[in-house]
Amino acid sequence: MTLAGHWIYWAIVALMMVGLYVLIARENLVKKIMGLNLFQVSVILFYVAVAKVRGGTAPILVEGAGDVVYSNPLPHVLMLTAIVVGVSLTAVGLGLAVRIRAAYGSVEEDELDRLDEADP
Amino acid sequence: MSEHLPVLQVVIPLLCAPLALLVRREAAVRTLAFAAAAASFAISVALLVSVLADGPISYPLGGWYPPLGIEYRVDTLSAFVLCVVSGVAAVLLPLGPGRGGHGLPSGRLHWFYAALLLAQAGLLGVTITGDLFNVFVFLEISSLASYVLVGLGSDRRALRAAFTYLVMGTIGGTFVLIGIGFAYQMTGTLNLDDLAQRLPEVRHKSTMLAAFAFLSVGVSLKLAVFPLHQWLPNAYAYAPPVVSAFLAATATKVAYYLLARLVFTVFGVAYVFGELGLGWLLFPLSLAAIFAGALAAIRQTDVKKLLAYSSVSQIGYLTLGLSFASLSGLTGGLVHLFNHALTKGGLFLAVACVVARSGSSRLDDWRGIGRRMPWTMAAFVAGGLGLIGVPGTAGFVSKWYLVQAALEAGRAELALGILASSLLAVVYVWRVVETAYFRDPGGPETRAEAPLSLLGPTWVLIGASLYFGVFTEWSAGVASKAAAMLLGVGP
Amino acid sequence: MIPLISAALFAFLLAVAVAVARTRDLFAAAMLTGIFSLLSAGLFTLLDAVDVAFTEAAVGAGISTLLILGTLSLTGSPEAPPRRSWAPLGVVALAGGALLYATLDMPAFGDPGAPAHLHVAPEYLADTPEDIGIPNVVTAVLASYRGYDTLGELVVILAAGVGVLLLVGSGDGGGGGERALGSESHVRMREKLVLRVVARRLVPFVLLFALYVQFHGDYGPGGGFQAGVVFAAGLILYGMIFGVDEVRRVVGPRAVEVGIAAGVLLFIGVGVASLLGGANFLDYSALDPHDPAHGRHLGILGIELGVGVTVASVMTAIYYGFAGRSRRA
Repeated sequence: MTLAGHWIYWAIVALMMVGLYVLIARENLVKKIMGLNLFQVSVILFYVAVAKVRGGTAPILVEGAGDVVYSNPLPHVLMLTAIVVGVSLTAVGLGLAVRIRAAYGSVEEDELDRLDEADP
Repeated sequence: MSEHLPVLQVVIPLLCAPLALLVRREAAVRTLAFAAAAASFAISVALLVSVLADGPISYPLGGWYPPLGIEYRVDTLSAFVLCVVSGVAAVLLPLGPGRGGHGLPSGRLHWFYAALLLAQAGLLGVTITGDLFNVFVFLEISSLASYVLVGLGSDRRALRAAFTYLVMGTIGGTFVLIGIGFAYQMTGTLNLDDLAQRLPEVRHKSTMLAAFAFLSVGVSLKLAVFPLHQWLPNAYAYAPPVVSAFLAATATKVAYYLLARLVFTVFGVAYVFGELGLGWLLFPLSLAAIFAGALAAIRQTDVKKLLAYSSVSQIGYLTLGLSFASLSGLTGGLVHLFNHALTKGGLFLAVACVVARSGSSRLDDWRGIGRRMPWTMAAFVAGGLGLIGVPGTAGFVSKWYLVQAALEAGRAELALGILASSLLAVVYVWRVVETAYFRDPGGPETRAEAPLSLLGPTWVLIGASLYFGVFTEWSAGVASKAAAMLLGVGP
Repeated sequence: MIPLISAALFAFLLAVAVAVARTRDLFAAAMLTGIFSLLSAGLFTLLDAVDVAFTEAAVGAGISTLLILGTLSLTGSPEAPPRRSWAPLGVVALAGGALLYATLDMPAFGDPGAPAHLHVAPEYLADTPEDIGIPNVVTAVLASYRGYDTLGELVVILAAGVGVLLLVGSGDGGGGGERALGSESHVRMREKLVLRVVARRLVPFVLLFALYVQFHGDYGPGGGFQAGVVFAAGLILYGMIFGVDEVRRVVGPRAVEVGIAAGVLLFIGVGVASLLGGANFLDYSALDPHDPAHGRHLGILGIELGVGVTVASVMTAIYYGFAGRSRRA
């Protein structure tokens, strides 16, 4: 473990923590979805960092070139899927938020709890 | 064509979901859903028979052999779980949203069937795959569909329950994704078998330990292991009743399967229970789930919520079986997966029957319902006896194995705990029975039995739970073979 | 040089993330989330993940931000003052501790000897020219070696589409009223002559670019998913300026629903065709018995088209659903 070799992972961990915090601590449902976005993008950053090879280039093969070093294509493929999963969750989460607003008149959890308690 | 059965098992429901969007007419979509679910069930039974006779099947998708490509892998355990999921789905899918309990206009019904088919296909895909990232993809398919289905309940609280389920489920899913990333970083592979083979070299690295932690916490969130169960009671309580039956019978069961698969097949019992000592964490959590769930169930005034808390308690039995890491313990856990799927599925369907008639699952509105809906309530009582674990019901078989496992492990206090928790189940089941049979409804008592289209499926599940309480060859028999395979002491 | 740029980008990312967490102006937070995506797309490019960068820019900075803004126009801003609570901090600290612990034994960043670069991945890089015959290895893995994951990914999108249809409708049930995203804004935008003229000229090029991305994915970054998103973005752009009803006249909700199904059916159809050709599901080499590489090429073309059609349709359906939702304040 060295600073030069690991600082990027630590930076990513910091980003993940901010995203996770917004997701679980904020009361506003739309804000929570923003936190979810931050959290998932940070995880994608981690995979992309794992894929990077020093001195490498994007994994699009160059014909005739002998000793080109390519970064690892597999995590890139996986993350394309993860982005899609992320936007799908965002869409459904926001759809629910819109419906909650229509049904309760609010998207703040405190307020929603109060309304639920008042209506047995 | 028979060599393609593993992939058809998942692709048939997957294919029928978009078809439902094109067909649109409800009657036709219902037939389509039933055909897909029935075909899927027939295939899983065929796979189970074949696996028991000839050993595991590997199916390389796209013709690319693992670890280059994705592999479908069927062994005794996955075939067993496939049968449970597709069997319950074959009973439930044709019901669609059921009658009442959902706020869906008729123009949107075909989308509902599509979502159910997607949820089923996702769960089957998680069970059958031999690739770790493919697990994540199909887990998210079923989760997304489930969040939506929960949100369609008629009470506006269903929307909030669905949102909470989405937030906690997504944290779980993202933790799984992080765990996969760590495991991949240390081994370079995503194939489960390949991973298991490469693990010994790196298993003492901190990254690998963290991979196990994130994977198991992520899956435990989806399984609703105490104390990560907060999403479950409201999700089951406010979802349309047929959806509650479907989720209770299948979703948590597949998450349990996944946990067992990771612990025993990939990371190995020596690592997880020997070096990490997971048992010390899992025993107390399981017991806490069993008692906290049952005690909460006793206090509920809504039958669906009561059943939901009972599920928290029953999930405790599942994880308890796992934490013994012994043959009878695991057999108990796996056979309980089977038995509880039938019992709880049937119980939620009984609630769906009542909701279809009276529109309410509140205990107060159930006074005297035993005389108005005798067949429905008879099914409820039979299912309730199964929750308690009375001899002759499937629940007894599960508890028999769990008590045996406790005694084998020399932990009589756990055996006593299992018996004591059954008494708590007596209390919460009795509350419903007493209200239904001995409370005066204060109105006319006309017979108004549920429609046969709902009552029939209810009795299929409850009847099966009674059948498998007596004849255990295909439940406990197969479960013990699967457990032996997981522990590496059998074929 | 590159480490310096990445370090600077990380500093920006962290600052933006903290700003999202702190600000109570939700519209600002939404824009910051989009900026976060855009900055990370830049970082992905630096780290050689060009396909990921392209997708993140189109999805994270584009579609997601648009959806959040559309939702906010219905739910309002700012958020209520945050409640002080220690439990979430504890959970985050626990998770963060576990993550930091995980980094202790990680191979150094960029180490070519890391296990991930020695197993499986080298085979993809070495075999792609012969097996698949296309230069973009990401496309080769995505569409062929792990094509089944891509089917799963498409089904995730399908599930989201069905979910939004079930939850917010297809946009025609909103019943007159004031519209949220689209009609409301187009009333204001209609006045802006420059916007209208530019948009009318620009949208055809956006749609054309989508087609280019669709069919160029074998050679450079791109493919069905990105193409579908860009195509839908073109339609949405048009809708924001001329009104959602204008777009709906061209592409009706019913046609969109058919599109959602058709793409997935095309993908599965390619798989079934391989089965009928006597090979495994999605083994495209069976599509041309005389020339397996050509068969694989055909298969990839087919499934990428399926992905493009469903993604464009789902994104459009989601837009219709949100835009057609009448405001009930």
